[in-house]
Amino acid sequence: MDAHAPHIEALDDDAAWRVAQRRLAWQRRLLPLVGAGSLLFVWWALIEFLHVKPFIAPSPVVVLTTLIAKFPMLMDNLRPTAIEALCGFVLGNVAAIATATVFVHRKIVEQAFFPVAVLINSIPIVAKAPILVLLLGNGLSPKIAIAGIICFFPTLVNMVRGLESVSPQAMELMHVLSASKSEVFFKLRLQTSLPFLFSSLKIAASTATVGAIVGEWIGSQEGIGALIIQATYNFDAALLYATVLCGSFFSVSFFLVIRLIERAVVRWDAAAA
Amino acid sequence: MLAVECSNVTVRFLSERQAVTALSDVSIGVEEGSFLTLLGPSGCGKSTLLRVIADIVQPSGGSVRVLGGTADAARRERQIGFVFQDAALLPWRSVRDNVRLPLEVGGKRTLKPGSRTAEELLALVGLAGWEKALPHELSGGMRQRVSIARALLGGPRILLMDEPFGALDEITRDRLNEELLRIWRETGTTILFVTHSIHEAAFLGQNVLMLAARPGRVREIVPIDLPEPRSLAQRETPGFTRQAAHLRAVLETC
Repeated sequence: MDAHAPHIEALDDDAAWRVAQRRLAWQRRLLPLVGAGSLLFVWWALIEFLHVKPFIAPSPVVVLTTLIAKFPMLMDNLRPTAIEALCGFVLGNVAAIATATVFVHRKIVEQAFFPVAVLINSIPIVAKAPILVLLLGNGLSPKIAIAGIICFFPTLVNMVRGLESVSPQAMELMHVLSASKSEVFFKLRLQTSLPFLFSSLKIAASTATVGAIVGEWIGSQEGIGALIIQATYNFDAALLYATVLCGSFFSVSFFLVIRLIERAVVRWDAAAA
Repeated sequence: MLAVECSNVTVRFLSERQAVTALSDVSIGVEEGSFLTLLGPSGCGKSTLLRVIADIVQPSGGSVRVLGGTADAARRERQIGFVFQDAALLPWRSVRDNVRLPLEVGGKRTLKPGSRTAEELLALVGLAGWEKALPHELSGGMRQRVSIARALLGGPRILLMDEPFGALDEITRDRLNEELLRIWRETGTTILFVTHSIHEAAFLGQNVLMLAARPGRVREIVPIDLPEPRSLAQRETPGFTRQAAHLRAVLETC
């Protein structure tokens, strides 16, 4: 009997441990909601008891009613922004992947232009966007170009690093197997670069949205960016907040979609080889 | 026939500051079907010598003949299998697909009739049932077994192994050493095996090629006289201890 006691105790411990883990998991899920909820409450209480004027800062209740009342109008404005961001995302990233491929195969081109790309990449987006607006003017396509160019540089930098992060032994293996350059690219480099690519695609999902919105700030009649400017000039704080919420909702959803695709594609543990 | 014949092979690398002579005037001949271990201090060029034979590194001087032809021809005809220090598996490919990689690159290839399939090779290295696993699900020793199976696909006549078990724990290493000898006997492949370990060099090799460092050059070829087939228990015998002691004495002069 004694011999079995520790075993039973261990099982109990195991069950207790599992219960504790489950509690921790729920805590991790619920606490952020509690945090957000309490901040909303503080927001509401400050506006209510300090009698802040609604055009300075609206109460969350007013923002919510505005969001519901003007939902169709908000969606009409989200559509062009979403189209610009998505098209820019696709074009910018495809161009970046193609350029990275050229860089990796033509060292001279890389040595000439990669440092420039790193430099441009380090300029903040909000500084780059107005320059591009001046260059590209009004209409839908300039916004797509802005979103695209903003996506282009982070992806280019990451993709070049990813394509070149192939281990020397893997390259020697390919040499021993007499693999051609295109086989090395499609069987080795491309897959090696995928974790790098996805980490920049996740950044690009939100920067493409920022690019589209900033593009709309100057000379645009519709879109989330135009609506932000209009609401600000009209002191319509409730509409401004509702618009910002729509923009963030789109940006976060975009990010989550990329993350889901990443989970489905990169199934291996990149650290272990 | 000689599987590998090096005559006065010299390799110079240009590093940032100076030219480094990795190998100086190395001449060796390796009998087909034999097992040669390469032992020497770090910087003696043992890995470089394997890479010259595998046509990865071009010698600055001298000549290399592999199976009577050039190293380049032997590589293109897939007469050479190479096992690296880390397994160099592609982490997104299953175990089976890693072993089959040689069929997918370097021109479409099919297995010669009668040569072992990927599944048979995995069984040979003791990994039957693991075909669908991904590399990160395997231990270090198992990954190295996969890379040995990959190197053996297509039945190369020469197997070049560059410290394949260097990163493994001693228990795993001993087991793999014994299995490598069994694989060598079953396949009849010529094996050149680089190691840092005196015991590994003496236990595996029919001959030990001892290299001296800076510049890398041949110090001595020591024949190992142990009864065949070898087993781990032999490492406790006075005969083995004497051989190992001799290797250690030579190593101190390298």
